[in-house]
Amino acid sequence: MTRKLPLLTEDNSPFWQGGAQGRLLIHHCADCTRFFHPPAPICPHCGSFEVAPRPVSGEGKVLSYTINHQAWRPDLTEPYVVAIVELAEQAGLRFVTNIVGLPAEAVHIDMPVRVRFEQHEDVWLPLFEKDA
Amino acid sequence: MFDRIFEKDVAITGVGQSAVGRPVARSGMRLTLDACLEAIADAGLTRADIDGVACWPGDNNNGDAFSPVGPNALIGTLGLQVNWYGGGYEGPGPLAGIINGAMAIASGLCRHVLVFRTITEASRRKVDKNASALTNKTIGRDSSFFWQWYTPFNVLSAINLMGLYTQRHFHEYGTTPEQLAQIALTCRTNAALNPKAIYRTPLSLDDYFASRMISTPLRMLDCDVHCDASTAIILSRADVARDGPNPPIRLEAIGAALHQPWSWDQIDLTATAARDVGEMMWARTDLKPKDVGSAQLYDGFSILTMIWLEALGLCPRGESGRFVEGGHRIARNGQLPINTNGGQLSGGRTHGLGYVHEACSQLWGRAGERQIAPHHVSVVAAGGGPLGGSVLLVRD
Repeated sequence: MTRKLPLLTEDNSPFWQGGAQGRLLIHHCADCTRFFHPPAPICPHCGSFEVAPRPVSGEGKVLSYTINHQAWRPDLTEPYVVAIVELAEQAGLRFVTNIVGLPAEAVHIDMPVRVRFEQHEDVWLPLFEKDA
Repeated sequence: MFDRIFEKDVAITGVGQSAVGRPVARSGMRLTLDACLEAIADAGLTRADIDGVACWPGDNNNGDAFSPVGPNALIGTLGLQVNWYGGGYEGPGPLAGIINGAMAIASGLCRHVLVFRTITEASRRKVDKNASALTNKTIGRDSSFFWQWYTPFNVLSAINLMGLYTQRHFHEYGTTPEQLAQIALTCRTNAALNPKAIYRTPLSLDDYFASRMISTPLRMLDCDVHCDASTAIILSRADVARDGPNPPIRLEAIGAALHQPWSWDQIDLTATAARDVGEMMWARTDLKPKDVGSAQLYDGFSILTMIWLEALGLCPRGESGRFVEGGHRIARNGQLPINTNGGQLSGGRTHGLGYVHEACSQLWGRAGERQIAPHHVSVVAAGGGPLGGSVLLVRD
């Protein structure tokens, strides 16, 4: 499956490249001890610059999902799942991803999932599969 | 909470709209001129009276079909002499032109602001089916602060994000596909009475369920229909508005707030920015949701109309499914007629100002065959996700 890839920056590269070491890196604030996403040079909760990427467990649950049926590109012939996954570390800590490795119709809200990286060039996309 | 409600100094005095088609054999500029000249004449003005121009989003992507004409091009082409003009994508959604134009008047920069919105997506899609793909917003790697978090996961259309909102609404509130279908069915019923509407043939619930699934649980009939069109609205300072041929339609209150992140997935998935917009709008008026006689609510995707119903307090939070069930409450003879020209789902994706045009047509009693019962208050809201704005309109 072809992917449009992000332009890497100082701020976002930990998130997009942490998978090279098998780690999901999410920005964390040392002052208020909260994670936040998307990554940025400042904590959106408390305004602190004491922020840095930190590995998380890669575990989470499906907050919502949609099964895409439209072939927006010729190669997208099979339905695929776009989801918002909430990470286990913190309520509300979440991002859009794909759920892979199981039939699309088996995905449901609150399903436990675990990260699985998929490399495209210098980007390791954090996708998720069902957590057995 | 607010020291001054600036929009009370501003009224709508004229409206205009080009042909609406799929496609229209006219350039984006010609469509824009058709709409703008009709609106100027409708307000009893001439080109020389227009001293401000506002547009959302403006020509911020070099003639892109999403907004091929911006203020700069129009000012030159129409030979306007303005004290202020503005466009730009970053603002409270498709009604940003109205809100910005009203601010320009209230701050003393202008007396009559021409607000317009042109779209030529139907023509463009005849030659490039993927013209509006989200991946085309950037060339090469996705450098967008906003879109890079979605396009790598093959979120190639906003409908994927809308599917996420819809599924969550179903999960939290028990909303059903049959309930959601009422938005599309109501718009189609209304479009049958609008000679400009794109789709006018009757639609049944069976037709809805036979329509192709695009991104669960949203189907083709949950998506608005691309068109070529331009719509123009004249905003005037309230004291001079009384001189025109039309009874002024006052801007009673606007909503433009965003108290959440500028993001599709970091906001409350079932309230979205619409919640902030609704709270702000009602904090700026003594009127209440029960005073609203008609509502023109963004239906770029059907779920957004449901979200706006709740966000504007037109029904309780989480209750939009039960509110629209059976369609009778939102029908043209119901307690709250919505999208009386067929909305964007059947009328055409005029993208924002079409709702304002329709609200004014109804308040002035000029809606022809689709005219609903006389009323004085109409609410217009547009946008989805982090984009949102609203305006409460009153004809005294």
